[in-house]
Amino acid sequence: MNVFAVASNTLPAMRWQPLCRRADLVAFSGVVAWLETSAAQVALFYLPGHTPELYALDHFDPFSNACVIGRGIVGDLNGAPVIASPLYKQHFRLSDGQCLEDERVQLRTWPVRFENDHVLIEA
Amino acid sequence: MATKETLIIIGNGMVGHHLVEQVIEAGALARFDVTVFGEERHRAYDRVHLSEYFTGRDAESLALCDADYYAQHGVTLYSNVKVTEIDRAAKTVVTASGRYAFDHLVLATGSFPFVPPIEGRERPGCLVYRTLSDLDAIRDAARNATNGVVVGGGLLGLEAANALRGLNLDTAVVEFAPRLMPMQVDREGGELLKEKIEALGVQVLTERATQRIEQGEQSRLRIVFQDDKVLETDLIVFSAGIRPQDELARDCGLEIGERGGVVIDDHCRTSDPAILAVGEVALWNQSIFGLVAPGYQMAKVAVSTLTGGDARFGGADMSTKLKLLGVDVGAIGDAHGERTPGARMFRYLDPLTQLYRKLVVSSDGKKLLGAMLVGDNGVYDTLLQYYANSLELPKEPASLILPQQSGAAPALGPGALPDTAMICSCHNVTKADICRALDAGAQDLAGVKGATKASTGCGGCATLLKSVVDFELEARGVEVDTSLCEHFAYTRQALYDIVRVEGIKTFGELMEKHGSPGHGLGCDICKPTVSSILASCFNEPIMDAAHVPLQDTNDTFMANMQKNGTYSVVPRIAGGEITPEKLMVLGQVAQKFELYTKVTGGQRIDLFGARLEDLPAIWGELIAAGFETGHAYGKSLRTVKSCVGSTWCRYGVQDSVGMAIALEHRYKGLRAPHKIKFGVSGCTRECAEAQSKDIGIIATENGWNLYVCGNGGMRPRHAELFATDLDDEALYRTIDRFLMFYVRTADRLQRTATWRENLEGGLDYLKEVILEDSLSLGDELERQMQTLIERYECEWANALSDPEKLKRFRSFVNDERPDPSIIMTSERGQLRPA
Ligand SMILES: Cc1cc2nc3c(=O)[nH]c(=O)nc-3n(C[C@H](O)[C@H](O)[C@H](O)COP(=O)(O)OP(=O)(O)OC[C@H]3O[C@@H](n4cnc5c(N)ncnc54)[C@H](O)[C@@H]3O)c2cc1C
Repeated sequence: MNVFAVASNTLPAMRWQPLCRRADLVAFSGVVAWLETSAAQVALFYLPGHTPELYALDHFDPFSNACVIGRGIVGDLNGAPVIASPLYKQHFRLSDGQCLEDERVQLRTWPVRFENDHVLIEA
Repeated sequence: MATKETLIIIGNGMVGHHLVEQVIEAGALARFDVTVFGEERHRAYDRVHLSEYFTGRDAESLALCDADYYAQHGVTLYSNVKVTEIDRAAKTVVTASGRYAFDHLVLATGSFPFVPPIEGRERPGCLVYRTLSDLDAIRDAARNATNGVVVGGGLLGLEAANALRGLNLDTAVVEFAPRLMPMQVDREGGELLKEKIEALGVQVLTERATQRIEQGEQSRLRIVFQDDKVLETDLIVFSAGIRPQDELARDCGLEIGERGGVVIDDHCRTSDPAILAVGEVALWNQSIFGLVAPGYQMAKVAVSTLTGGDARFGGADMSTKLKLLGVDVGAIGDAHGERTPGARMFRYLDPLTQLYRKLVVSSDGKKLLGAMLVGDNGVYDTLLQYYANSLELPKEPASLILPQQSGAAPALGPGALPDTAMICSCHNVTKADICRALDAGAQDLAGVKGATKASTGCGGCATLLKSVVDFELEARGVEVDTSLCEHFAYTRQALYDIVRVEGIKTFGELMEKHGSPGHGLGCDICKPTVSSILASCFNEPIMDAAHVPLQDTNDTFMANMQKNGTYSVVPRIAGGEITPEKLMVLGQVAQKFELYTKVTGGQRIDLFGARLEDLPAIWGELIAAGFETGHAYGKSLRTVKSCVGSTWCRYGVQDSVGMAIALEHRYKGLRAPHKIKFGVSGCTRECAEAQSKDIGIIATENGWNLYVCGNGGMRPRHAELFATDLDDEALYRTIDRFLMFYVRTADRLQRTATWRENLEGGLDYLKEVILEDSLSLGDELERQMQTLIERYECEWANALSDPEKLKRFRSFVNDERPDPSIIMTSERGQLRPA
């Protein structure tokens, strides 16, 4: 079972597209959005007042093979913002998805930004 | 392989048992077939804690090993079998049922209580205090008695007196010498001890020689003293000293000391090299050692001798620290200052606080020769180290026993101790052993205890052990960094105090005021910890906006995440009691939402495989049927397991289910450093397995016995008896205090068992704080608990009434679909993750 095999097909040309609204986000925590164009689950982390203040990472946790990343705890380690997986507690850097406990593992990330009240993703 | 040699051990007491353990640990079973004979009905038990038999412990819990320990290791144990003869020529021992050949024999027959040859000492009601059977006899005799007398005011006599008092007898102690405990204390100390003990309602008669015992007039017996004065009593416990049980050795012609005892050399060999002797029966260098630690050392030496080693017994220190009838008494080395000419004494006597301390110091004032303490053993550990390691005393030795004011000598730091310093004499663990354990990978106090057994005997060295371990860890640069994480340079306990004292109500505020500089977000360590602290202090709903980002996913969604990202749902079923109607609702909900159903060990029902978006609907139905959240997801009270108790069970003596339900409702929702489990049993059969819980309660005829700090799981630990025969109110109050104290002082994710093991001062300290209120915290702890109880609200009911909170229960914020990656398959008629 790996739904993400689908998402790793050769991608169509990237474009900025609306994903959800600012009000859907939870400050200093994660929510998950469905990315129809890639059939992917995107975990969105919102850190108001920080730069950048929005991150998008793959919701799929390769250690547990389950979609849970967006439900972890947001924090920072040595100054870099991270998300801790709720199942086996590995940390992933929000900026590039790098796993801090295992250098071979990196989560997919997407460029995201606000436009007025909308969250846009480049995918 | 050659056939094995036969090793027979006579006596299955404390030392005999330790010998078996040592044989096993040394791998010597490869060489010996071991057979043990014990005259007592019970297999080896903890005689040192014999008196606890009267305060709630039974023979099984006093046993020194599991019932199948011997069998498992292939050691043959004959309990209830007395060896009646040793035939040295034939190398056999004789019992009522046969003869057994040996290659090696060890005598571990201990001692028997000495009963002076007084006329009438055989009358019914004349008893001794040594074995479980003796205590059974005392308990029987006490049934129809109103008063009791202990003849002998030594250490064991006072312990027996305390036991009689506990059996609700008017108690008197009769001592031949002019003072109590003549072996350990001097006149001043004895006076003070007498005052303290009389204050407890125990009558103390000194300088009384018992002439004879006759039929009484008001009571069953009457003691007649040398001056023809009399004392009437229903029972008498003789505690006039012990004598080595050396009859077998005498009869077969082994060398015996003038005043008894089987003579041994440094290798524990008797005058017949095939026969060894250990423990209280052995006489080494003209001395009998009436304590368990030297006996254990002999056992070790004996195993070395048996296996061709060269370990030697070199005598043992008889320093002791005790609490007798609640009074601290300590004696170190030459406490009377009689053994060294020119010794000087320092004495400190405070008649108000009833404290007496004496130092015996060498003539040059440099070395400690002995010490005596009555009323407070606080300085015992420090003094013992000065004595045992011949450390040079401070310039003014008196500073060691003067009350701690400014200018008093500081306590001896662990750094000042030499490597040879004995830290735990029960298990013979030196400072060097502790260092070795740390070098070999032990990482903390618990690790050192596991590796060395230090402080697992009498536990008297707990404080000292902790300070040595902390010191050594620090010395090795293993940061004994107590910082919670990189964001807070505080322990959980310190953060708790800050939050409470400053009334800080959010994580943001705490980070701003007390976070490490330069850090703003926190992490998965400090966020849940602070969340738990805030909940323990204020009990605001965890789903309130300010707390949401702090929670572990389980707390966020108030359910337990399983390995495929689905959740399990556990409604509260207080005490395990459930109506058929509610049971059916659980079935219906499970069926409707296709949940896998399993009964838990905590007497509840766990519904697995719930999808995030279904949780509110599931809870809507459960709450409508009268359920509330079970907090299975929280570091909080989980379950109170119970047996059916007196309502149904013919053995039950109290309503255990009623109590379990009351307790579960009282403490539900209490957030703590880790999860908390309770058990309530309706009688001593203990069907609720309460002694494996953080809080265990066992019904008695008179109320409830309370056990604390047990654990099942990875490192099982029996709960320890904490208080006896409490009524309902006293039980609540004690648990209120205990839990609040745990919440205040434990580390993050520290169960009560580990907390207790790391607690300086151990169980005694805990009892002082909770039962005797030594920190004057009792009221405050109770009030705090009361506030938390009053603020309880079902988190799920709260969330269901708030659409903002429910927004989070969607797989996708922009799409209605459920998570398509969750795939189930079926097994034994239910769904499970594919
Ligand atoms: C109430 C009480 C409190 C104590 N408190 C302390 C304390 O605080 N600290 C401390 O260090 N010590 C204490 N002690 C002393 C401690 O219990 C003893 O030092 C220790 O038990 C000695 O062990 P042992 O194996 O030599 O003797 P025991 O434990 O007495 O065991 C000897 C065993 O041999 C058996 N036996 C004897 N003859 C035969 C035979 N012919 N055939 C078969 N079996 C036989 C006996 O039945 C007995 O079970 C206390 C003792 C008592 C009674």
